[in-house]
Amino acid sequence: MIRSFPVTPFGGAGKTFSIDWEGIYMKRKSKSHSLAIFLFLLPALILFVGLLIAPIIMSLYYSFFDWNGLKALDPSEDFLGFGNYTILFGERIQFGKALINSLILAALSVFVQLPVSLALALALGKKIKGERVFLSIYFMPVLISTVVIGQLWLKIYNPEYGILNTFLRAIGVLEGDIRWLGEKNLALGAVFAPTLWQYVGYHMLLLYAGVKSVSPELREAAKLDGATDGQVNRFVVIPSIKPIIKVSVIFAVTGSLKSFDLIYVLTNGGPMKATEVPSIIMIRELFLKNKYGVGSAIAVLLILLCFFFAILIGAIFKERDIYGKK
Amino acid sequence: MERNNIKTDTLKIDTSKYTVKKTNKVLKVLIFAGLIIWAFINLFPIYWMLTFSFKNNEEIYGGNVAGLPSELRWENYEDALWGKNIGTASKDDTGFQLPKLIRFFINSLIVTVATIAISLVAALMATFAMTRIKWRFSKTMNALFMLGITIPMHASLLPVYRTMSNLGILNTYTSLILPYSAFSLSMAILICTGFMDDIPKELDEAACIDGCNLGGIFFKVIVPLMKPALSTIGIYTFLQCWNELMFANQFMATGDKITLPVGIQQLSAGQSMTQWGPIGAALVIATFPTLLVYIFLSKRIQDSFIAGAVKG
Repeated sequence: MIRSFPVTPFGGAGKTFSIDWEGIYMKRKSKSHSLAIFLFLLPALILFVGLLIAPIIMSLYYSFFDWNGLKALDPSEDFLGFGNYTILFGERIQFGKALINSLILAALSVFVQLPVSLALALALGKKIKGERVFLSIYFMPVLISTVVIGQLWLKIYNPEYGILNTFLRAIGVLEGDIRWLGEKNLALGAVFAPTLWQYVGYHMLLLYAGVKSVSPELREAAKLDGATDGQVNRFVVIPSIKPIIKVSVIFAVTGSLKSFDLIYVLTNGGPMKATEVPSIIMIRELFLKNKYGVGSAIAVLLILLCFFFAILIGAIFKERDIYGKK
Repeated sequence: MERNNIKTDTLKIDTSKYTVKKTNKVLKVLIFAGLIIWAFINLFPIYWMLTFSFKNNEEIYGGNVAGLPSELRWENYEDALWGKNIGTASKDDTGFQLPKLIRFFINSLIVTVATIAISLVAALMATFAMTRIKWRFSKTMNALFMLGITIPMHASLLPVYRTMSNLGILNTYTSLILPYSAFSLSMAILICTGFMDDIPKELDEAACIDGCNLGGIFFKVIVPLMKPALSTIGIYTFLQCWNELMFANQFMATGDKITLPVGIQQLSAGQSMTQWGPIGAALVIATFPTLLVYIFLSKRIQDSFIAGAVKG
């Protein structure tokens, strides 16, 4: 007995319809169909709504109140409106600075990390000797725990015995110590370097996947027309992997806005707030200062920023596509 | 037929000759040098970690910072696993002793594997409902799930923390597995959709004619054919939760269920300045199981990752 037919258009609830498929006519109650759809979606919906959608709505709600979480939230008494958002940009927290830091990181990942990844992907994409070995090595840092990498870089940056200062002393550039993570002007760069370094492999492999999916015939054709390697990359490969580049850019930017682990391990925002980013402040406000309203406001701003940049990047790439077609 | 084949063969040979002529040899050497330098930058920290895990402080402070250790000091490893300083072994109820580090590793493994399993099953089912069954809001539903890719996990930290705390399940594996699964779900659905689109719909139709209902089609047709998607989803989910620190730090800060990142952070934060050798050994122990698996399976892991990038 045929009870359902998945490839047919499905009306609304309560609508009975018949299917014409190789002369077989079926009548089916769509109720059982709806139930099946519901059951298949159920686990995902529970996870998604329960642990993602609902908490976000709650965060938004909390962000309008002055609340420390110790007593029950009293909506009439504790209401602050956008007060938490103004507190954020005040003298105590200086959220703007943290925001600028994470935007600097985002810019660095788009304009330094991604070009490096793309260059590696393009170089590896055209059957170079040891392609697989290089690929494996470049992806390695991605697999190492960020905390391990953080601890390792703490040692690399160690002023007295760290490998970096030792090296600089050995080649005679440096006398004495540089406190890479302790100086206000150096710390930001010192913290961003391993962040950018670790994920080059990730983006490289994404882009490499794209480069490999460009059909060889297309390359050959371009070469027969007299294009150099550079021109093939510029006019054939890069335009055809634009969708993947877009994904990479979105991941790089939203990843930078979310960045937490390495900064937490290396400096935890110090010295003198020099390396603070939104999530570091959020954790401090939430769990050390019990400022649930302020912390939630940061969470809300982070979501908005991520959406804003995802949409913006999508729009930029769309425009370029139309331009390219002209 | 045969003649055609020969023709294309000769054509291919011609083009490759043409390529060789055109390529600038100097440029090729430069590119190769660049690749090697970048490989060195990637490998050096790992090499360094390995060497100083075998050194004592005198050797590290005494100028032999980057070189090979003068002798292999396995006592560092002993210290990292069993020593009083770092790895005081934790006793569980049965009195069975396990070094803390190994314990953390197993904890991380449990959380990651459970997360992969849950998000995989949920994603398979949801993708099936959204792409193989036609209904009015299937596209909208899919778009909703895709929002999850951009939403930062931070956003749900406090509400989820409070809920877990009220339910009394903080410091259990569940408290991490649930949020990790929820935030891995969108990516898993995205990848599943790519793979499921490759399964011809005619198979569904044939199964339907043979008397399968939706459940039958799902379990007998779709699930067996989705095996390649399994490793891809596994890789992406692994990358997302193996390293996760923020949730792990808040939800499981104490007890013997803490995951590897939190454990490493706690172990080394206390004495990062004094004992380098045992810390190095701890970092190596935390890292090398993953790296060994990766070295043996690197081609498969990369191919799975690549499949996700192309299909996603």
